[in-house]
Amino acid sequence: MSLDTKAVAHIATLARIRVPEQDLAGLAKELNGIMTWVEQLNEVDTTGVEPMTGVEQRGLPQRPDVVNDGAMPDKILANAPEPAHGFFTVPKVVE
Amino acid sequence: MSDNTKNLIEGRTGMWEVVLGLEVHAQVISKAKLFSGAATAFGAEPNSQVSLVDAAFPGMLPVINEICVEQAVRTGLGLNAEINLKSVFDRKNYFYADLPAGYQISQYTQPIVGKGTIILDLPDGSRREVGITRLHLEQDAGKSLHDQHPSKSYIDLNRAGVALMEIVSEPDMRSSDEAAAYLKKLRSILRYLGTCDGNMDEGSMRCDVNVSVRKPGDPYGTRCEIKNVNSIRYVAQAIEHEARRQIEIIEDGGTIKQETRLYDPNRGETRPMRSKEEAHDYRYFPDPDLLPLILEQSFVDGIKAGLPELPDAKHERFVKEFGLSDYDAGVLVAERETAAFYEQAAKGRDPKLTANWVISELFGLLNKEGKTITESPISAAQLGELVGLIQDNTISGRIAKEVFAAMLETGKSAPAIVEEKGLRQVTDTGAIDAAIDDILAKNADKVAEYRGGKDKLFGFFVGQVMKATGGKANPAMLNERLKAKLQG
Repeated sequence: MSLDTKAVAHIATLARIRVPEQDLAGLAKELNGIMTWVEQLNEVDTTGVEPMTGVEQRGLPQRPDVVNDGAMPDKILANAPEPAHGFFTVPKVVE
Repeated sequence: MSDNTKNLIEGRTGMWEVVLGLEVHAQVISKAKLFSGAATAFGAEPNSQVSLVDAAFPGMLPVINEICVEQAVRTGLGLNAEINLKSVFDRKNYFYADLPAGYQISQYTQPIVGKGTIILDLPDGSRREVGITRLHLEQDAGKSLHDQHPSKSYIDLNRAGVALMEIVSEPDMRSSDEAAAYLKKLRSILRYLGTCDGNMDEGSMRCDVNVSVRKPGDPYGTRCEIKNVNSIRYVAQAIEHEARRQIEIIEDGGTIKQETRLYDPNRGETRPMRSKEEAHDYRYFPDPDLLPLILEQSFVDGIKAGLPELPDAKHERFVKEFGLSDYDAGVLVAERETAAFYEQAAKGRDPKLTANWVISELFGLLNKEGKTITESPISAAQLGELVGLIQDNTISGRIAKEVFAAMLETGKSAPAIVEEKGLRQVTDTGAIDAAIDDILAKNADKVAEYRGGKDKLFGFFVGQVMKATGGKANPAMLNERLKAKLQG
């Protein structure tokens, strides 16, 4: 698998990272290097091994349906740049 | 699905078939959120029901709410669906101001519930089965308010992290009527199960509609997704408009672009959503903060054993056990509370008579007053008493309406009103005879006419005697005695 500059530009857009045109080729090379390195994993024969995303084998821990959190709007908004009337504010997003 | 000619839409180049699939987001009834201990109640002060997990502060870890899992399984069972004992949570990545983490925790390739079915009750009385593709658990996003400030959007994260069930149908529907019937039935089932309140006004049930058109027999056309339509009426309207729009484009030689659109009920049109134009690349991957969700079969069986009787089963029982018509049974079972009200009122009474009273008189009253069955000013027991009085001939059906009105006005019971107002039906033959004799004596000329062959006067005599008895004479007895006396 190999990434061209167009794919890198697309990924940058999805990640909301502004990448100048002249940097795309260099980034593509770097990303391709990382991918080639990861692709070495393909050399391992995983026939019959179920895919897993973690090493922990016990089930997902669950929590009772109890309200024991929240009720701290001041803390939630403490780092917001321009809170107003208890809301976060952001530049207008209109549909 | 073969006999679908009645649903086709006529275009310039012939008939078109609309193909519809629905994605419903149903808010799970739970006290706390899907992955945090913050409250879910509607209408709280902004950002007052937000935990650090919901606001995606660094290092916060999600822990799943066991009730939300149970509710999803319960809903799956209510939709006759496969329950997946192993399911996986994934991250769906996109940027939006009301999604603090930059991703939504959802389920992608391995949802908690797989294929199921739902039976639609269509307006013409027919029924049709529609496939459920899947149901998965996911987090809701926060709420954006765009009308509070000229250049800012306000963000409230109270809803962020609340558990949703996304219920996806197969593309099995072929008309806006069917889509509406699907939503009604799904809402009814969710309410019976107690897993979602189905309130579309408050956004606890939201609907996205996938619409495509094709010539009958052709493969599926390209679909457009209409987002967040917030009432059943608007869903039907949005479908009609979108189908027309697509047919026109194709008939003009164009092609449909797969896109997300928004329905504008004021202008009666759909338009593309700008924000979604390039957001379709969600880059799902398994959430490393959450292990796979493993359920025991015994857990599923336990929920199954505790399921309430659902609308279809109740419908069938009302028809079989109570002899109700399909129509009446359908009306009564649509809401769990209505069915419960009816069953309580009908206990020990004539079930058909009770059904008539609930459907015509009580519903008429509730409609007029804008009340739901749970707010009914007349209780099930009270209505049952009234029906009992009709059944045992204490009062006639006509008088019962008068009693019903008095019950509403005074809050008193039917028997008390009947006693108080002296409305008891006269079934004493002596009293009826006396009233008849009196009327016949006063109208000797008319009696002569009747006996001379003017049969139509019979109605006149009935009316006079009824009037004389204040409407309380038992109609059947009155007819019988009157006929005998006129012949004699």
